[in-house]
Amino acid sequence: MVTSLKEQPLKRQPVYRNIHVTDLTTYRLPPAGWVSILHRISGAAMFLLLPFTIWMFDASLTSEVSYEQFATVFSAGAAGLPGWLWKLVAFALIWAYLLHFSAGLRHLWMDATHEVGLAFGRTSALVVMILSTVVAFALGFKLFF
Amino acid sequence: MSTSFGSRRLVVGAHYGLRDWLAQRITSLLMALFTIAVVVQVLFGGRLDYYRWSAIFAPQWMKVLAFVTIVSLLYHVWVGMRDIWMDYVKPVSIRLLLDIATIAWLVGCAGWAIQVLWRL
Repeated sequence: MVTSLKEQPLKRQPVYRNIHVTDLTTYRLPPAGWVSILHRISGAAMFLLLPFTIWMFDASLTSEVSYEQFATVFSAGAAGLPGWLWKLVAFALIWAYLLHFSAGLRHLWMDATHEVGLAFGRTSALVVMILSTVVAFALGFKLFF
Repeated sequence: MSTSFGSRRLVVGAHYGLRDWLAQRITSLLMALFTIAVVVQVLFGGRLDYYRWSAIFAPQWMKVLAFVTIVSLLYHVWVGMRDIWMDYVKPVSIRLLLDIATIAWLVGCAGWAIQVLWRL
């Protein structure tokens, strides 16, 4: 007996969509994926901390007195927050900048050379993350100790 | 650029995307140049105190480069933040509100930074 096409059960095709926020804990991103999302997060963080960055630019340059005030914020604290917390914010900015900077260079390199193979994408992503983190922690060490 | 008439007219899209994509890359290079200029001067030249730090920003070429960097930052961050809102915020009303807030935030920050720079 020939079953009609209508009676055959429909084969469930897997549907691939963008991952949901709840998938984030179980979803395993490749290194290039990590660099991509970290590029975004670091950019957004620097956007939000822009007034703090410009305050540092302002206070450190305007006069010798403001320079001293600038230094005091990181040693004695300011606005009810201890100095180490301000140092931590500065450290976050350094890390975000280095990551964003090197991830951007990776982008430019790919744009210029069309070097977009799987292997290069992977190794360059690892280099970006490791290098920026090592330099950030070296500078962070200098900042805290 | 492309023509908007005749047999060779461009019929697909406004190509704003390409222009912003290119602008984001050019501005990144300008800011990288500024970064390198600052880092090199900080690393070489002995102990860093207020006088040496402020002397870095004193020459006219450094002021021009810093100004270019501030304006580049304005455009670069606008493209980036707009991309983020477009990707994650779907309701048009909220997205528009965030776009407005982003522009206000960025123009305010750029104004402050330029004010600091031109005071030196």
